[in-house]
Amino acid sequence: MDVYLPIANLSVNGLIIVGLGAITGLLSGMFGVGGGFLTTPLMIFYGIPPTVAAASAASQVTGASVSGVFAHTRRGGVDYHMGGVMVVGGIIGTGIGAGLFSLLQRLGQIDTVINILYVLMLGGIGGLMARESIQSIRAERSGIPIAARKRRHHPMVASLPLRWRFYRSGLYISPLAPLLLGIGTGILTMLMGVGGGFILVPAMLYILGMSANVVVGTSLFQILFVTMATTMMHSMTTHAVDIVLASLLLLGSVTGAQLGAQFAQKASPVKLRLVLAIIVLLVAGRMAIGLGYRPDEIYTVSPL
Amino acid sequence: MKRLRLSACALAAAILLGGARDPILVPEVSQHEVDLRQGFTGTELLLFGAILTPEGSRAAQDYDIVVVLKGPTQSIVLREKQKVAGIWINADSTELRSAPSYYALASTRPISDIVDDKTAAIYELGLKWLQLSPIGAIDPAEQTRFSDGLVDLNRRNGLYREDAGGVKVSEQVLYQARIWLPSQVPTGTYTAETYAVTRGRVVASASSQVEVRKLGFERATANFAENYGFAYGLLAVAVSIGMGWLAGRLFALR
Repeated sequence: MDVYLPIANLSVNGLIIVGLGAITGLLSGMFGVGGGFLTTPLMIFYGIPPTVAAASAASQVTGASVSGVFAHTRRGGVDYHMGGVMVVGGIIGTGIGAGLFSLLQRLGQIDTVINILYVLMLGGIGGLMARESIQSIRAERSGIPIAARKRRHHPMVASLPLRWRFYRSGLYISPLAPLLLGIGTGILTMLMGVGGGFILVPAMLYILGMSANVVVGTSLFQILFVTMATTMMHSMTTHAVDIVLASLLLLGSVTGAQLGAQFAQKASPVKLRLVLAIIVLLVAGRMAIGLGYRPDEIYTVSPL
Repeated sequence: MKRLRLSACALAAAILLGGARDPILVPEVSQHEVDLRQGFTGTELLLFGAILTPEGSRAAQDYDIVVVLKGPTQSIVLREKQKVAGIWINADSTELRSAPSYYALASTRPISDIVDDKTAAIYELGLKWLQLSPIGAIDPAEQTRFSDGLVDLNRRNGLYREDAGGVKVSEQVLYQARIWLPSQVPTGTYTAETYAVTRGRVVASASSQVEVRKLGFERATANFAENYGFAYGLLAVAVSIGMGWLAGRLFALR
């Protein structure tokens, strides 16, 4: 099925794009991450211009997180107060990200920066997740439970001025902490075309010390709004959102997300996490190798 | 009577000199408009025509035919990756003011057999001779490195092509060349030039135009995205939320 993409200016096999969306949708349903970290590199690999790929991937993450947010809202798993602060931070972050994006584009270093960010982020987070899940699998086998980590926020967070109460998260901390976290993920979303869930979730747990039952819902809430802002930002600055491409991706990913969510209910969460960690590490490894090896294309063209 | 004789002389002279006069080229393109729309996966253009001596007789065996199809030129930045501290990053770049977005050449024989380098450079016959107009002073060796890089890149992309032997001449009067336009061709006005060459000299040329454009939905989408970014963004957001919500609903029903 050949589909002509009006913004990317080329024709692709529509079924491959839908399949690509389905794979990332499955991941997002199973693990609660957006899956943007896989979509963007795979689309670039398939031959879609990097800017169009990054710009269109964000809207796919929006679609995949909508149903997740609804599900978590129904069981009270979203802290709107905390989420609201992070969304504000996220929108500021996308603004900063847009500025950085065009600056790096002018310098011609956008691809390198995106690749290095991917390697660092995915490598770091993937390593942490793998270590943790292996530890808990071992603990399960040996029957000795690991000492539960004491839930409390990072000392740096406690030193920030101006404290607010976040009832659902069970926290009394400065709103500056989630705001800064929001800004950080907003920048990453704009630059990398990812939702940032794989960074937000651990940061909310271990830096902010939020109670675990609102973490995933609130992170999805933040991702939903920040990816919407990213799509808007790209539409207005880079003009690179391809709505046909995004629709094809969405078609696959929203279906995949639902199937993944159903599958996730049956599988063991610890093993799921290990699988996700391995996938994340594989992507990071592939990109790290890509940085050091001679690339296929030495020359690249961009409009003046 | 005297005047009549004079004009008869002139006529005779014209006929005698006729052999050295330029031939007549009658070029045509199979399609003057190429529409980029759903289902477009590239198209083949047929560039054909006739070549005649001034007297109107068959002439093709004396001439080589070169056909060039060129897309609109663009100003581009061409960047070159080099290994710096173990990783490949864009280390060098050049700005080119007139890089053709598409260039295809077909000829009856390899260009180097038909014309010398000077003529090839003047008429831009061949990828080696593209006039890219680099901005600023740039040393010739570096310029060659960059233009070779661009040509190599676009050759593999399918946007630059050269086909020595791509022009077929039949019955010594009709020539034809098939040129492939891949799906990623940019929009704009393309010019198709036809050259007749003999003894290393371009003796006749003719040009016609091909319009490559988006139509209907594709054109509306591209215009919308370019001119109404805010509304386009809202639409994209609405589509993504709508589809996510719909999928959630459909699966919840089961």
